[in-house]
Amino acid sequence: MDGKKLVRMANEIAAFFAVDPARSTAIEGVATHLQRFWEPRMRRAIFAELDAGATAGMHELVVAALQTHRQKLEPAAS
Amino acid sequence: MYSNKVLDRGTPERTCTTTVALHIDGVQVHVPAGTSVMRAAIEAGVKVPKLCATDSLDAFGSCRLCVVEVEGRKGYPASCTTPCEPGMKVKTQSKKLADLRRSVMELYISDHPLDCLTCPANGNCELQDMAGVVGLREVRYGYEGENHLTGTKDTSNPYFSFDPTKCIVCSRCVRACEEVQGTFALTVEGRGFGSKIAAGPTDFLNSECVSCGACVQACPTATLMEKSIVDQGQPDHAVVTTCAYCGVGCAFRAEMKGNEVVRMVPHKDGKANHGHSCVKGRFAWGYATHPDRLKKPMIRQKISDPWREVSWQEAIAYAASEIKRIQAKYGRTSVGGITSSRCTNEETFLVQKLVRAGFGNNNVDTCARVCHSPTGYGLKQTLGESAGTQDFDSVDFTDCVIVIGANPTDGHPVFASRMKRRLRGTPGKEGAGLIVIDPRRIDLVRMPHVEAEFHLQLKPGTNVAVMNSLAHVIVTEGLAKEAYVRERCDLVEWEKWRAFISLPKNSPEALAADTGVPAAQIRGAARLFAAAPNGAIYYGLGVTEHSQGSTTVMTIANLAMVTGNIGRPGVGVNPLRGQNNVQGSCDMGSFPHELPGYRHVSDAATRELFASVWGRPIDHEPGLRIPNMFDAAVDGSFKALYVQGEDIAQSDPDTQHVQKALESLECLIVQDIFLNETAKYAHVLLPGSSFLEKDGTFTNAERRISPVRKVMPPLAGMADWEVTVAFSNALGYPMHYDHPRQIMAEIAKLTPTFTGVSYEKIDLLGSIQWPCNDAAPEGTPTMHEKQFVRGKGRFILTEYVATPERTTRKFPLILTTGRILSQYNVGAQTRRTENKVWHDADVLEIHPHDAEQRGIKDGEMVSLQSRKGETTLRATITERMQPGVVYTTFHHPESGVNVVTTENSDWATNCPEYKVTAVQVVAHAKKSEWQREFDTFSATQEAFVPKTAVKGETS
Repeated sequence: MDGKKLVRMANEIAAFFAVDPARSTAIEGVATHLQRFWEPRMRRAIFAELDAGATAGMHELVVAALQTHRQKLEPAAS
Repeated sequence: MYSNKVLDRGTPERTCTTTVALHIDGVQVHVPAGTSVMRAAIEAGVKVPKLCATDSLDAFGSCRLCVVEVEGRKGYPASCTTPCEPGMKVKTQSKKLADLRRSVMELYISDHPLDCLTCPANGNCELQDMAGVVGLREVRYGYEGENHLTGTKDTSNPYFSFDPTKCIVCSRCVRACEEVQGTFALTVEGRGFGSKIAAGPTDFLNSECVSCGACVQACPTATLMEKSIVDQGQPDHAVVTTCAYCGVGCAFRAEMKGNEVVRMVPHKDGKANHGHSCVKGRFAWGYATHPDRLKKPMIRQKISDPWREVSWQEAIAYAASEIKRIQAKYGRTSVGGITSSRCTNEETFLVQKLVRAGFGNNNVDTCARVCHSPTGYGLKQTLGESAGTQDFDSVDFTDCVIVIGANPTDGHPVFASRMKRRLRGTPGKEGAGLIVIDPRRIDLVRMPHVEAEFHLQLKPGTNVAVMNSLAHVIVTEGLAKEAYVRERCDLVEWEKWRAFISLPKNSPEALAADTGVPAAQIRGAARLFAAAPNGAIYYGLGVTEHSQGSTTVMTIANLAMVTGNIGRPGVGVNPLRGQNNVQGSCDMGSFPHELPGYRHVSDAATRELFASVWGRPIDHEPGLRIPNMFDAAVDGSFKALYVQGEDIAQSDPDTQHVQKALESLECLIVQDIFLNETAKYAHVLLPGSSFLEKDGTFTNAERRISPVRKVMPPLAGMADWEVTVAFSNALGYPMHYDHPRQIMAEIAKLTPTFTGVSYEKIDLLGSIQWPCNDAAPEGTPTMHEKQFVRGKGRFILTEYVATPERTTRKFPLILTTGRILSQYNVGAQTRRTENKVWHDADVLEIHPHDAEQRGIKDGEMVSLQSRKGETTLRATITERMQPGVVYTTFHHPESGVNVVTTENSDWATNCPEYKVTAVQVVAHAKKSEWQREFDTFSATQEAFVPKTAVKGETS
């Protein structure tokens, strides 16, 4: 999967949840959305971007969601 | 005319709860107040002769054939225009009445050609019937005098002819065009003896006529006559079925001769359409027997190979072996399937079952991905159910309509006629207010007897900003229905939302620069909508196909809740679904994250329920959505796809990316009635069946499950559901169904909103709106009546986020795409009918200012360019567009419109952003490089198909 494209998609998800005044709610919103709608290989690919340090173009809520909710978001090994 | 085998009650039904008792020919009848004597007579078992009256039109009282005698009254009133009164005593038969009627008929017939035996209406002609009923035996006036028998027949319309020599000027056609269709294309020209029906100063084809067929249906003679009847004669039987075009889901009588359709006529008892139709459903069904239909299965190893015609057994065995091979080599999740909104509920249910239980993953999606997936997401989040809240009849009770991002007169014409009627008003009931929110000046903005109070002509991509500013005005000006909100909605979320929406940044003044809509217009529209006792919002793909598509759906739900407009007739959130079974394909679990009934795959109890019935475990992870499938195919992790009834190569955006994805697949299995654009990349081609060749159900935009009836055998031998069953069996996941009714029984068993649905009940009721279960055994016309499905309605914060697609110096215009009345979706069906007379190519609409700046003249070829690609098409200069915005359709594959559209999509659902692409337009006569390659590739692929595979000849 195209990691950069996935980062852009995740940023758009974050832009929706960012309006919530409670930061933790926004982070959880991003994480839950990724969990419920992103197929495992997409989640693996965005974690690969995160782990490769490609966070410069990542919305800070995406970074926080991936880091805070890694356990529930990271798919089991295929 | 409508079939004379169906009872015509003469005048429309009245629904007043007060009843009136009267006697007709000595028989006492009780009818609702306002009912005509003519209609009451039918209730008493008496048919009064008539010509100018029909029960789809208001009474007119011109033919004088329906005269009656009323005790205690002088004269002979027309029964059609005389309302019933308590105690009235009516006589429909007397010597005097018989003489009067015979005299009237004598006059009519004295100016009518006596060619009954060779007339196409022979056997279904009201004039002929009435001559018999009144006992006409002679015409004393002769035929030598002045008459109308030398008129010229107008055959310009491809589907019906107008023969003025047979016209009795009863005005039924004119009134049908006005009252039923709302186009006002026909008129009575001249006066007295010189009166004649005219489609304006031109012929029918070049007039304002939209070929809905209402006039033809209303005509009591052979004046307006379907050409199919002229060619084939009268039908011998009829089967009630459901149209396979748009999401209105009109009920039709397929009038047949043996296995041959003679004509399609809208069914009077159809609850979605009440006897009305549009040009597509009424006339454009010839594609079903078009010579291009695929009749033989075919396989090949590579797309550079010619097709090899094989038996069904061999094709299916090959498809199954390829899926097994690919899964063994690349893994369980390397394959998937796509269901179609053009197929039945039962068929889509089977495809998603095949993927989940047979393939063992959730890589199933549907074409709703590219149209209404944001509706499913947005309404589930706010209201608790992924569906519209009303039935179509609800519009009769509305006081103010918002139409946002929809063009009903083109996309949903039968419902548009209903809406226009409410907007025009009826005697004693003022028309509803209208607010149109659209970048284009769609027809509804101003048309005969309809004019929007406000046209908020926003810039494409700013729906959320406009909707937020409307809500801002309502909240900050104290127009919110707080009592409703406090009773029905989650108050914590409400308070959060109220604080958010009240922020100055959401005011119309602050957002005017983004939206391009003057703040005063927003304020006026907000006040109008808030003040309406019943306000309803109708929307379409102009809402969903944006990067903020889901957010806009939420703003619509927010606006409906804050104005107290959900839970009763006349209000609601009304998504106008594009294709006939968009709602159904979503209901049936076609989305990769949801099992049937919109239950997430992560829910263990739901998975267990399905696993127990299907005998296979269900993956708890969501699968790939269509755009993700393309990305995974290009990436190399997705290798095989089963596509039933969809043409992703034409309909999906960023064509070159889609083509690359399809070329990357090792096995593409396409099931379709034609060699569509996707099939040109396929390795297995399974002939599909049209809606006339199978049993099943479609679910329309109002959640109405309607029957689809097999009226002819499948051309290639198998219905689509049978093909999926055979495919599954070959894969080693046996399916056992003899008839689609068994599939529906399984759906009902597994889906809480469908537990009360069965073919028996559909037969009994005609159609059913889900939820249909113990709580609502006959279905649910209006949802969320007492409380929202999710309990409390949830206001959601909807920040306006501008689309990433921006105009630049290189691409200074915005392209938005859409549909046209005469064509449907990718055009595979309508392009193979006479509808091409109206639209034989996609054209680019451009504002005169933009055209002049570029030196573009009307009708010239232009190059449409974006950062994704370019294509060449013809320009039409029109002030429907605002400066800076251009528009086109995607009905013709060679136009390559989606070569230009981008990969941008809705943040929540990946629904593509078809509505906003930064482009440049330049005068340019030559085809683009993509178009030249397309021509070569298409010609090669078409040559690869053995003639026997389409002609059905023995090889």
